[in-house]
Amino acid sequence: MPDTILVIVEQREGKLNRVSWETLTAAQGLAAETGWTLEAAVAGSGVASLANEVAGKKVTKVYAIESPKLEPYTADAFAAGLKQVIASKSPKVVLMPHTYQVRDFVPKLATAMGRAVISDCVGYKKDGGKLLFTRQMFQGKLAADVSFTGDAPWFVTFQNGAFRGDQVQAGSAAAPVETVNVEIADGVIRNKPQEVFKEAKQAVDLTQAEIIVSVGRGIKEQKNIELAKQLAEALGGELAASRPICDSGWLPMDRQIGSSGQTVAPKLYLALGISGAIQHIVGMKGARTIIAVNKDSEAPIFEIADYAVVGNLFDIVPPLIDEVKKAKTSN
Amino acid sequence: MKQVPQKDAPLKLNDAGTWIREDVSYEVNEPDAYALEEALRQKEKHSGEVVVITAGPARAQQVLREALAKGADRAIHLEDNAFVGLDAANTARAFAAAIKEEKFDLIFTGLQSDDYGYAQTGVVLAELLGWPHATIIMQIEKTDSGIKVKRELEAGYFQFVDMPLPAVLTIQSGINKLRYATLIGIKQAKNKPMRKVPLAEVQSAIGANMQKIERLYIPQKTKKTEHIEGSPVEIAKKMVDKLRNEVRVL
Repeated sequence: MPDTILVIVEQREGKLNRVSWETLTAAQGLAAETGWTLEAAVAGSGVASLANEVAGKKVTKVYAIESPKLEPYTADAFAAGLKQVIASKSPKVVLMPHTYQVRDFVPKLATAMGRAVISDCVGYKKDGGKLLFTRQMFQGKLAADVSFTGDAPWFVTFQNGAFRGDQVQAGSAAAPVETVNVEIADGVIRNKPQEVFKEAKQAVDLTQAEIIVSVGRGIKEQKNIELAKQLAEALGGELAASRPICDSGWLPMDRQIGSSGQTVAPKLYLALGISGAIQHIVGMKGARTIIAVNKDSEAPIFEIADYAVVGNLFDIVPPLIDEVKKAKTSN
Repeated sequence: MKQVPQKDAPLKLNDAGTWIREDVSYEVNEPDAYALEEALRQKEKHSGEVVVITAGPARAQQVLREALAKGADRAIHLEDNAFVGLDAANTARAFAAAIKEEKFDLIFTGLQSDDYGYAQTGVVLAELLGWPHATIIMQIEKTDSGIKVKRELEAGYFQFVDMPLPAVLTIQSGINKLRYATLIGIKQAKNKPMRKVPLAEVQSAIGANMQKIERLYIPQKTKKTEHIEGSPVEIAKKMVDKLRNEVRVL
């Protein structure tokens, strides 16, 4: 029997988290390269419809891992429930997105099974017979190819934006769904989570935005934010910023992109006056297209930009707003 | 707490290409500084003792000295060069072994380190100790039955979680405002206890690393950058053309 890759997709409140498709894309590529079987799993209470959604993709089988104790999420229940499934199915590799939820339970799960996690990976490669996972180190200044030296199952998490979720392959026919009821004993769950809530009224989920216009120190003054806002509105996108802008209070913290803010992977990321410190880049380099406007031709943001405009944003943005509006009305 | 290379320090690879050269400047891992600050604040509210622990070579003692100067009561230093190369599982095992005689109520760690960035050691430690944990914490309150913590979730969401003690919490940067060490604090730190734990003392708890860095390198630039030039209006027109025909967002 060939080895198996198991992808555990993430659901929140009955909806699949979009990054799950990215992990599935990575897994499909890995399966094609290794010849291993690809299976997927979704855990929760009443997840049959989500399992069916995943079963439409190119996978061999989907497990619907069910227990009323998996809702609401706790690390204790997820580690206990997933451990049962992984122990009985014995996959070679277990892949998950590197979300806050996964970060919360996967080190516990792997430790409970005496195994290791290579976390926050951005790619994989085969080097001879060895499977290597690439991850960023030192906040992205260096990259490392990391191998597993212990026994399977090998746990791997992939960074948001490392793979393209829209490239996930559909299956020729729906894959079979197997419901696995897991037993989670009384007393296993020690934490009592309360309702999830949003802090600020206008709190925005930038991870779901298709277009982001982002400002950095180059915007100079708080009143100039308005210019970027007009461009974002003209494009139908969201406004975001690098950390110094949010630290100064010019935009709320929930619009901050980067290692201490949100990690995004929009279709378009338009960086205005952002130099591209690594703490910022880790949060947006997964964007499909990056356009950078900066007057410093040496700014590191240009290293990862698809389109570079070396110039003063105050000269370029006003005519750009006009041209975007013209283009929209002519559509 | 962990000592890591300074954020803006230029890093050089060692000859084997498996780690950085040690001749860089170091500082405390930023999230760990917030974890310490939170511990000091909890002590000020509820009394008790703050103990700081690190694993690393002699240079890592600096992190502990600073923590003692800020108000920590005593320190534990797992001192050996070998600790730098441990994976998250082994680092946690070493800590668990070093503190087995202690009776802590709460263990705080930063949510991740600025060098490896595993984001695992705290959670692994909780599992090894058999304690509950919560990650990416923005607020901690004492309750009758334990504590209530505020977890940061993604996309601007938060959640309060009630949990019993003892527990492990991984702390998010920005949970509080960091204090500076005072002169008197720095002076007092010199007389505070620091327990040295040699590798031999925890060796039996550590196994072979389960993951290995095969190669460390400077990431290659993979993107081709196209420059858009001209007058501002020309640039704007060209950009709109790209947005419409290539990026396809218009």
